[in-house]
Amino acid sequence: MEGLGPEEWQAVWLSVRVAATATLFSVPLALLAALALARGRFPGRWAFNILVHLPLIMPPVVTGYLLLLAFGRKGPLGAFFGEVFGLVFAFRWTGAALAAGVMGFPLVVRAIRLVIEAVDPKLEEAAATLGASRLRIFITVTLPMILPGILAGAILGFAKGLGEFGATITFVSNIPGQTRTLPLAIDAALDVPGAEPLALSLAVVSVVLAAAALGVSEWLARRSLKKTGAL
Amino acid sequence: MLSVDLRIERPDFTAEAAFDAPAGVTALFGRSGAGKTTLINAIAGLVRPASGRIEVGGTVLFDAAKGIDLSVQARKVGYVFQDGRLFPHMTVARNLAYGGSVDAERVIAMLGIGPLLERSPATLSGGERQRVALGRALMSGPRILLMDEPLSALDAERKEEILPYLERLRDETKVPILYVSHDMSEVARLATTLVILDQGRVLRSGPVAEVLSDPASVRSLGVREAGAVITGRVESYDATDDLSRFVFEGGALILPSQLGPNGATVRVRVAASDVILARVPPKEISALNVLPVKVTTVSQGRGPGVAVGLQAGSARLLARVTRRSAASLDLKEGQEIFAIIKATAVARRDIGQS
Repeated sequence: MEGLGPEEWQAVWLSVRVAATATLFSVPLALLAALALARGRFPGRWAFNILVHLPLIMPPVVTGYLLLLAFGRKGPLGAFFGEVFGLVFAFRWTGAALAAGVMGFPLVVRAIRLVIEAVDPKLEEAAATLGASRLRIFITVTLPMILPGILAGAILGFAKGLGEFGATITFVSNIPGQTRTLPLAIDAALDVPGAEPLALSLAVVSVVLAAAALGVSEWLARRSLKKTGAL
Repeated sequence: MLSVDLRIERPDFTAEAAFDAPAGVTALFGRSGAGKTTLINAIAGLVRPASGRIEVGGTVLFDAAKGIDLSVQARKVGYVFQDGRLFPHMTVARNLAYGGSVDAERVIAMLGIGPLLERSPATLSGGERQRVALGRALMSGPRILLMDEPLSALDAERKEEILPYLERLRDETKVPILYVSHDMSEVARLATTLVILDQGRVLRSGPVAEVLSDPASVRSLGVREAGAVITGRVESYDATDDLSRFVFEGGALILPSQLGPNGATVRVRVAASDVILARVPPKEISALNVLPVKVTTVSQGRGPGVAVGLQAGSARLLARVTRRSAASLDLKEGQEIFAIIKATAVARRDIGQS
């Protein structure tokens, strides 16, 4: 193993930032999607379900390519975000975060959907008889009960974001300091003759990060279970 | 005052029930599967009836013909579920305040839940949990209180702990209470009005003493459950023998244990199968209670039993004897005979405050 140089540390921090940003944006959207899938009764629900799962079942390269088409500088969504928010995805760390978020999205949705489906509607009924509006029931009763699942989903999304490779490299390429996350740095190191020990060090860091994320999620889940009296 | 006339269609079950519930406790009694919970859920708005009308105290909650169907929230029913359904992530105090704080201090005092306020529901006993659930429903300021077998998950001791609170509630609040139960002791203690349900239909309804003392009810209630309720007062208590003297219009009964302070009004359920009939007053028997009564009805059941309606003063009693005994006593309407009631047959759980 070899010590990490500034460039490698940069890749580590970039990875964390990319994965955290991806998680931050994908969890609320995933919560809405999971609610729609678990409780919604609307036409085209099955099609929506497939759409949500596409990043999980398509080759990552295809997802990356589609992102490039849509969010590239000339892509319709890319142009829109560029003009309206001044937000550019192409070949930027924001694009890496977008790719990580999209790839992790189905996992987050699945985790949250599972807990929503496990919620016993009896408590929500009780809240309704006490006069609580649907929004108030959701915030005060449903949300606290599904919080462990949301946390689990967030951690899955975060871990997926840390490890995302295929879609990222296709969409935003492998630019040091901008889009070179941990997996991309490992890939680059493996391409350089003699840099394999460096790749190993980076691999160890990614294992540590993933384990730490899992540890934090277990701790948070335990705490919230204790609060809901389930433990 | 509650007025219900509903038709409910579910995949496996159809209920068609109409009844009125005046002030006080109206018990919906029936076997499991009789449609009690479905009916109460329809009143709460958790189940949508196919047709009909529900009105509580002048407010129409549901009227299929007029297209009225208030949301669960707008119905303002206080629902006490069988399993309490306290919010596990909130303290008792937050649970109580969830639906409002109507009369908070009085409700908390009446139910004796003041010391529990900071506790979490997971740490409460079954009885405490149901008291909190009841308080939460009351504090939401409901038009009507719906209680779905609130005691059925509790053991006999816990039931005994809660029943006095329910009796107080009945006597102290003006909110009408609809009480679902399959336990006749509970019904006899609490109910002012009784509605007997079977397979989604109302078999009988009316004032509890009237329905329970009607021999025709024996069939709908089942042999074990049938029995009249008489209301009277405690005259005295004999501590040496641990017996109370209970007086009612039509006589006096010696009953075990201290029923209440002297002068207290209580109601006592006398199961039909615990009443023995005799043509002449028996002598030298262990039973303490021999009441002169008049036979009002003799009604033949399907089995070997005969239900005999009796009148003692203005109070009504019900006895169940075999067909053979009825024949050998030659029981007829209007006949003056004697009813023998074993003191110990009347259990503590059959005695309520009234």
